[in-house]
Amino acid sequence: MIAFWIVALFALVGALVVVLHRNPVYSALGLVLTLFQVAVLFALLDAPLLALLQVMVYAGAIVVLFLFVIMLLSLEPEKRLAAPFPVAVAGLVLAATLGFGLVVSGTLPLRSGVPSRLPADFGSPESLATNLFTKHQLPFELTSVLLLVAVVGAVVLARRRS
Amino acid sequence: MDLAGLPPEYPLGLAAALFAIGAFGVVFRRSVIVVLMCIELMLNAVNITFVAFGRELGDMAGQVMVFFVMTVAAAEVAVGLAILLVAFSRRKTLDGDEFASLRG
Repeated sequence: MIAFWIVALFALVGALVVVLHRNPVYSALGLVLTLFQVAVLFALLDAPLLALLQVMVYAGAIVVLFLFVIMLLSLEPEKRLAAPFPVAVAGLVLAATLGFGLVVSGTLPLRSGVPSRLPADFGSPESLATNLFTKHQLPFELTSVLLLVAVVGAVVLARRRS
Repeated sequence: MDLAGLPPEYPLGLAAALFAIGAFGVVFRRSVIVVLMCIELMLNAVNITFVAFGRELGDMAGQVMVFFVMTVAAAEVAVGLAILLVAFSRRKTLDGDEFASLRG
């Protein structure tokens, strides 16, 4: 329980840094902080493989890509941080509504027939892989096509600059 | 790790907060690259929700979904940042308000 509160605190701090800091490099570093906390939370929630993947894919690949682009463009800290005032109010209202709705829906009682005990191998890499390659075979294959399209698209977009 | 006592409401509440912060950032920030980061925040909030509910329902499908979301997020960032590079080379700015050529 203490572990969860530490995770929650640092995750929220990181998220606020992402949203509120003028310098995009610090935003990216705040994103790393939050993503690591999410990885710890995955480990706490019986998802050790996902925790590892979170660190490798998000912190290791995605954020590095962000930092790479920021430094490639040599972005300067923004002079005007935010949208005009009405937009900021609209954003706050949207965020409050979303947060409230999600909290309410999260605390509704779950449907009956929920197993009170998890199977012993729940969340193990073996059970995740078995699910992935049997029940979810088609989405898995489609994902590989999606990645191929993304690679081709990124290369095409990058080549057009010359 | 004896954390069987962690009720799903706590991670779900954290996910709600992260999603709300991310949504606020998408509306609030001007810089397109920070908006992309905020979208990553929202995707992570959704992932927490998947894992928490999957654990509560004893269903591995939640974790499989997170796997797919991660893959799609990686593809999205690759293409999004490539688009951003092209846009920057044309407009010399990343301010989202400047990319308004399609406005009628």
